[in-house]
Order: sequence, then C-alpha cells, then structure tokens
Amino acid sequence: MSQGSTISISSAPVTTNDADRLELAAIDRSVRLPVLFFFGSAIFWLLVSSLLGMISAVQINQPWFLDNCPFLTFGRVRPAHLDSLIYGWASAAGIGVGIWLMARLSGVVLKQNKLLIVAGIFWNVGNLIGVLAILAGYSQSIEWLNYPSFAALLLFIAYGFIAIWGIIIFQSRKPGGVYVSQWYLLAAFLCFPWLYATANTFLVWHTIQGSAQTPINWWYAQGIFGLWFVPLGLASAYYFIPRIVGRPIHSYQISVLAFWAFVLLFSWSGMRWLIGGPIPAWMSSVSIVASVLLVIPIALVAINHYVTIWNDFDALSWSPTLRFTMVGALAFTVYGVLNALSSLAGFNAVIQFTDWNIGHFYLGMVAFFSMMMFGAMYYIVPRLVGWEWPCIQLISKHFWLTFIGAVLMVFSLKLGGLIQGFGLDDPKIDFITTVKFVSPFRVCAAAFGLLIVVGNIIFACHFVRLLLKLGIPNETATSTTTRNLSGEAVRV
Amino acid sequence: MNNLRLIFIGVLILFLTGWIAFVGYSYTNLGHYLPVVAEDTGDSNPGPLSGLARQGQKVYAANGCVYCHSQDVRQLDVTKSDILRGWGKRPSVARDYMHESPAFVGILRVGPDLENVGARQTSAAWYHTHLYEPGTVAPSTVMPSYRFLYRMQEIQNKPAEDALVLTGPHAPPAGWEVVPTPEAKALVAYLMSLNHSYTLPEAKEPKLE
Repeated sequence: MSQGSTISISSAPVTTNDADRLELAAIDRSVRLPVLFFFGSAIFWLLVSSLLGMISAVQINQPWFLDNCPFLTFGRVRPAHLDSLIYGWASAAGIGVGIWLMARLSGVVLKQNKLLIVAGIFWNVGNLIGVLAILAGYSQSIEWLNYPSFAALLLFIAYGFIAIWGIIIFQSRKPGGVYVSQWYLLAAFLCFPWLYATANTFLVWHTIQGSAQTPINWWYAQGIFGLWFVPLGLASAYYFIPRIVGRPIHSYQISVLAFWAFVLLFSWSGMRWLIGGPIPAWMSSVSIVASVLLVIPIALVAINHYVTIWNDFDALSWSPTLRFTMVGALAFTVYGVLNALSSLAGFNAVIQFTDWNIGHFYLGMVAFFSMMMFGAMYYIVPRLVGWEWPCIQLISKHFWLTFIGAVLMVFSLKLGGLIQGFGLDDPKIDFITTVKFVSPFRVCAAAFGLLIVVGNIIFACHFVRLLLKLGIPNETATSTTTRNLSGEAVRV
Repeated sequence: MNNLRLIFIGVLILFLTGWIAFVGYSYTNLGHYLPVVAEDTGDSNPGPLSGLARQGQKVYAANGCVYCHSQDVRQLDVTKSDILRGWGKRPSVARDYMHESPAFVGILRVGPDLENVGARQTSAAWYHTHLYEPGTVAPSTVMPSYRFLYRMQEIQNKPAEDALVLTGPHAPPAGWEVVPTPEAKALVAYLMSLNHSYTLPEAKEPKLE
C-alpha cells in the first residue's frame, strides 16, 4: 500500500509540463466525438426530463392540468420524467465523464472510437423508445425501471459496449499507479451491467412471482444509485478537486478504505426502503445496519475532499468546476446523514410513503450527481472543443439557479414530507387533511424546481454556443488556463 | 492498490454477497409461493385473479397508479397507523403478492393505500364515478380525472346498463350518457380484486387495543 501511495500521488492529476500537455491533447482529441455525443444527448434528455418534471409538478398541485390527454397524465409523465433523468441525462453524462477520465488517467490515445459511438446511438434510441413507450401507456410501473423490455435491451447492449471498452482501455493503460478515480470507474462499469441485467431479467424480461419482485426492485434502486451514480460522481470529484487546487488528495489510505466500504454497504442497504414491508424481517434489519454504517465511508470521503481544498477556498471564486463539484460533495455528505436517519425504523415509519423520499431522490440525483456532472462538463468540454466557454455570467447564473433551486426544493420536499408523515402517523387525522398539510410545500417545490429548469436551459444554450464556437478561442485548451468569474484569464 | 485483479475480484465478491442475500434469497425463497387453503371456508388464498382483473392490472401499470398509491399494510412493530386507518386488518406479507406482476408496493402515498380497497368499496359504480370525476366522491382530492377511460355516447332507445350515474356539473347533456371503456371495466375489476382480508398461517389478524 505504501508503495502504491507514492505512485498514486505522482500520477494524481496535478503535474503538467509541455510534453504531458501535448499528450493530454492527443488523448482528448481521440475521445472528442464520443464524449461530446454523450454530453450533447445527455443535455437533450436533461431538457426533456425538466419539461416532464415541471408538468408533473404542476399536476400534483392542479390535478386538472392536461387530465384529458392520456399521454400527459401524471401517472405517465412522472415515470417518464424519472427515467429520462436517470438514464437519459444522469447515466449518459456519467458515461461521458467516465470515458474522458478513463482515457486520460490510463494515458491511452484511442485508436478508434466507433464502438463508443455505436453505444451512444443504441443508448439514445433506447431512451427515445423508452420515454415514448411510457407516455403511450407501456410503462412497466416498476420503480427506476419503467422502460419496457425492448428499450431496456437496447440500453443494456449499449452498456455492454461501454463496459467492454472501459475494461480494454484500463488493461492497456500505461504502467504506473492506478488513481482512485479509476477504481471507482471500474467498480461502476462492473456493477452497472450486473445490476441492470439482474433487475431486468427477474422483473421485466422473465418475470418471477410478485412476492419476490419487491426486494429485487429495491436492491436494484439502491444499487444503481450507490454502485453506479455514486462511483461515477466520486471518480469525477477525486479527479477535479486535486487537479484544480493543485495538490494531491489528502489521504490515499482513507480513500482505499472508503472505496471497499461503499461497494459492500451499498450492495447491502437496499431493503431500508421496505422497512415494515412484505419482506423477511432480517432483510430490512441488515439494510438498516448497512445504511447507518454508510455514514463512515461518506464521512471519510468528506474528510478527504474538504481537507484537500481546505487552504484553497479562494479557488471556488474562479473555478466553476470546483464550485459545482464542492456543492455536489456537500450534498453527498448531507445525503449520507439523512440516509442513515431515514433508515432508523422509528423515523422511517413516519417518513415512508411521503414526499421526504422524493426529496431524497432529488438530493441524490440533482444536488449530488448532477452538480458533479455539471462541474466536470465545465472542465472537459472546452478542452474537447478547443474554445473557451463564451460567457462567464451564464456559468454563474447556471450555478446559482441550480444551487439555490436544488437546496430549496429538497428542503421543501423534506419538510413537507415530514409534516405529512407526522399527520399520516396519527390515525385520528383524516387522510385528506394530511394532503392539505403537504400541498403548500408541493407548490414551493414546484417553484424551486422551476429555478433548476431555468438553470438547465441556460446551460444547454451555453453548451450549444460553445459547440458552435461562438465564444473566445482558446489555443491552449488542454492547458489548465481558465478564466475567473470576472473574465480574467488565470493560470491554474 | 495498483493491482487490477484485486479491484476486479474484490468488487465482484463484495457485490456478490449482497446479490446472494437479496436477489438469490428472494428468487429461491420468496418466488415460489402456493396459495393456502383456508380450513373453514375451503377457499385458496390469495385467490387467483380473473382474466379481466389481470387486464386491469396492466391498465394500472400503464397509467402509473403506483406513483400515488401504495399497496402495503406495514408490520405492526413498525407502525400501527396503517391498520388503525382501516387500510387492512393485518400486515401484508410476501405471499399476498404472489399473483401480482409487478408487485405494486409503491413508494408514495399521494392517495390512500389500495392493498384492501376491494374490501372497503364493493360497488363498481363507486369506482367508475371516482375514476371519472374524483372530486364528486372525495372532495379536495388531488387525483386527476380519468375521463379518457370513458366514452360519452348518445342514448339509443334505453340507457346502457353500465352508464355512470352522474349529477351536477359533471352530468352529460340530456339524451347522452357516459359509459366505461373496456380498459375502465378491467381497471375496476382489478381494483375490486384488491382484498387481502383473509388470514394466512404467517399473517394472522392481530388484536389491537
């Protein structure tokens, strides 16, 4: 381990001389097309998902809205929103960041990237069919798995290509250390096909008896968050935080420990969603223990990230990547604490089946994961296009809208859910009264969600402007030059 | 940790432990239930779904009912409120879902739990009116209308037997009637089949003080 430690620190992404820079430029060029394809389509699905999310947010407050149009009723729009967010946006963004990081950290210049382009096409066709099928009334109505079998198959084939590619690249890496981000990417690339194949096999393609479906569904839901999105997000954070503050990650040993703890505990914590449900009691008990223990690796990651940045807080003022990434890191810490709290049986009895859990979903998928992806994209895209982001103010607007929107939306949903939960827990209170308790919070959540949506639209427009090169040319895009928020060029 | 094989095998083993516990165990131990024949009545419980109810289950899935309605009466050591609210006489157990596919346990209660809605409401007309215009049955509800599952038609000779009884602002114009489509009939058959009031060896009716 101690030997690995020195190697890893030296391969940690903090050194850049001219030879390195040329090599990085060559690597960036070789992954340009697939990464931009995944990013572009991810941003498209982000907008689709945002639109669907806003429709469903209006509908939960005003049930008459679009109720005569079967394609756009709440029960179809909501799963279409969730799945396009999970698979269309988040996974595709994560795959793009994963490809870029994997190639760069492995020091491999791609000889051909057709496999990835094909994967990207399968990927988007799968999502398109999936979302249209949900709206047309072919939803599976299984949490996190609403796409019908054919769309799921296309996604699975796409993942297969990506996983094969990832492992080949990793195998042909340059000799030297394996950086923390690479373990996380490898874990994500390994776990996703296994999770997705298992869940689709038993729940969609070859359905087993209903009694056994529920635990498998929640094993999948927790797994896909903890063993796909979490490792992708952390791989990004572990790369960009040291890269931008210009010092190695605080502790190598801590990151090893946290890594193994994540893989074990996220595999075991899924049944905490079914406390008191129709599953054997030992399942929920063991998942409660795992969910509480998860606080340990989440705290270790937090220490590692916060200590690394501790003396360089001013970097937040000029690096949009660091800003987004640190908000994501903070959200992850909050997620860990609230996740442990929500899995305690007494508290879970109150918040189960309330908006608290919806807030938890957005805390994980927007405040943590999407923030990490935005941060990574702000760094990666200019280096692929060779041009700088056209407008610093737009980045700033995107950041504040998303940050404020996500914090307040999650807070409204959690608080509303808590009040609703205490109401539901007291049988003397009418059910409809608990609906009235929560409705003002739902209005607030929709309004704050709108801030996030506006931020997303700004980001998408900005991305298109950058692709069309309507900004500032940057001859040294692979260098670490960046601009501070008032437009000055800063050397990192 | 520079050894690829170590990471690879380590991740697989750790992941496999959870997979065996939750997927493997569920598949082998929860996936092969048989109905239990009740000694007193001779009924086999849970009873099979009728063909119409099974179609209704598809309508339930297609329209995402599960996004607002759970089907899960929780265990008493966790909370008594589900049973005290009258959502069931006993907690749900795995066997209750043996005919369901998918099992609509749910995550959110925007509306009430439906695990035993068939025991609470036994009139098909109630369901149809509720689906057509929820506000007439449950004031201040946030449930949308499922009007698109119904058809308005001109009355031929005499009113159709399954025409909805609607009064007030939602009533059809004179000479017209509202009748359920086959989807609406299937959905109502499914909802009425949601009744897990029987007892099972592993789930007896508890006594609450």
